[in-house]
Amino acid sequence: MATNAAPLLEVRKLAVSIGGNTICRDLDLTLQPGERLAVLGRNGAGKSTLLSVLAGLRLPQAGQVLLRGSNYATHGPRKSALIRGWLPQHRGDAFASTVLEAALVGRHPHLARWDWESANDAMIVRKALAAVDLADFEERDVLTLSGGERQRLAIATLLTQAPQLFLLDEPIAHLDLKHQIAMLELVAGAARDCGAGVVMVLHEPALAWRFCDRALLIHDDGRVECGNALDMLTAERLSALYQYPLQALESEGRISFIPR
Amino acid sequence: MPTRRRALLILAALAGLALLSITLALMVGTIQVSPIEVFSTLGSSGGGMAGDVVRNLRLPRALAGFACGGLLALAGALLQILLRNPLADPYVLGISGGAGVGALLAILLGLSATGINGFAFLGALGAMLVVFGLAHGDGSWTQTRLLLTGVIVAAGCGAVVALMLSIAPEHKLRGMLFWVMGDLSQNNDPQLALVILAAALLVSLPFARELNLLARGADTAQTLGVAVVRLRRGVFVVASLATAAAVTHAGSIGFIGLIVPHLVRLASGNDQRLLLPASALAGGSLLVIADTLARTIVAPQQLPVGVLTALIGVPVFLFLLTRDARARH
Repeated sequence: MATNAAPLLEVRKLAVSIGGNTICRDLDLTLQPGERLAVLGRNGAGKSTLLSVLAGLRLPQAGQVLLRGSNYATHGPRKSALIRGWLPQHRGDAFASTVLEAALVGRHPHLARWDWESANDAMIVRKALAAVDLADFEERDVLTLSGGERQRLAIATLLTQAPQLFLLDEPIAHLDLKHQIAMLELVAGAARDCGAGVVMVLHEPALAWRFCDRALLIHDDGRVECGNALDMLTAERLSALYQYPLQALESEGRISFIPR
Repeated sequence: MPTRRRALLILAALAGLALLSITLALMVGTIQVSPIEVFSTLGSSGGGMAGDVVRNLRLPRALAGFACGGLLALAGALLQILLRNPLADPYVLGISGGAGVGALLAILLGLSATGINGFAFLGALGAMLVVFGLAHGDGSWTQTRLLLTGVIVAAGCGAVVALMLSIAPEHKLRGMLFWVMGDLSQNNDPQLALVILAAALLVSLPFARELNLLARGADTAQTLGVAVVRLRRGVFVVASLATAAAVTHAGSIGFIGLIVPHLVRLASGNDQRLLLPASALAGGSLLVIADTLARTIVAPQQLPVGVLTALIGVPVFLFLLTRDARARH
């Protein structure tokens, strides 16, 4: 497979704007398997918009998004789905369904047109549900889940899809502290053990510092900074990013950013 | 978990129900025919007057009822997915309104049954194109926009229908009212409707699993490998044509397209691979039963079947709604 030599995700000269607001212009970015990139910025800076451009859900104003060397149109939706998975920020379920059925949709790109989900698919789903601490929820109606449980179900669906590139829009929203760390450990584990690439929008710089090796800062004025997490996630840069003074506190190899 | 075996069992049971309902429709009426006689008259050309009634009057009407009920239920199921709204029905996009305008105009002009059907179909097609064009205008195609465009077009058509009813001469009024309320007594050739039902099912079934994903949101479906834009357009066209065919054939019969998919969903889950064919079978059977009642309850008078489906539909729907709400607590 010659295309495997190409980076997992490559962004060339990307320009994205929404509602007249420029999010980025001339953005170049590559992500190799195993790399974890955090995307940070203020509300409305365009983090989700950028992520949906990377996911192929929205066309950029200029530039290219390449998955393993080809763009989304060349791959087609099905092959793209085998490469990248996307965790949306908002979810609304219009219809009742069991948790098991909801997570089973992740198997869609792996099945042929007339296939039905097999016992093997169900096993994959059960494993994913167990990984997000929803093992006993199989038969629950998704409409009765709490916000955090629904969030974990969405992550389980993504694990069921088993993509090579995870594009996560606020993966720890609605989660309690324990599950925040558990989910980030899970994603970091996928990067470490399966060579998955991860791009995630986070609002907690300390967790980005702990779980990501690179960071992309999106400023309100269309300026974008990208670099090593340790260089990017400093009190000085983050204070400028959030336009609020922050102080870094280090303890036992971890860091925390305290608003002054 | 959905399995193919369970789906086939449910479909077999519903096919049995469909056969039963059609047999019933062939049996009852002013001339009562026993089940054994029904089968013997179908197999031969004899049987005297009872044979003629069964073969030439009741059978085409029952089959037309089955086809229209199936088309409406299928269109309802598809539109509920397209609009991601379990309460959408085939008429919500204004298609029956357009058909109504066409049909009433044809009746006013004094055209034959064929002319009425032709005008109704053109009206439905016109409404469909208007809604598609307006909702699709800037390519955004949000569900809200589609729904609102449909509702407005339907309201506009409703006004034109009311206008035509109010200026119609007395002797044409009854025919027009029956058309508006939905009626199976006018048309006799069920072939075209049956063919369209089979075709609509055959086109949508290969995409059933993709429809399951579409029900969970367009973006989610896209990232899981569905060509969303094309699929939505296809669903719109198939659902609209199915509605247009049913409405052209039998007028705007209400509630079948709303209630049947909803009932099937409650009973057997929201897997479109099962839901689409099951809705078609159940919708067909329900309309055949309702039409049989419509022509026997106050015989020799006939009721418009649309009134009956509404009378059955409203309480069933309200019951489901309250039951659904209670189950959530």
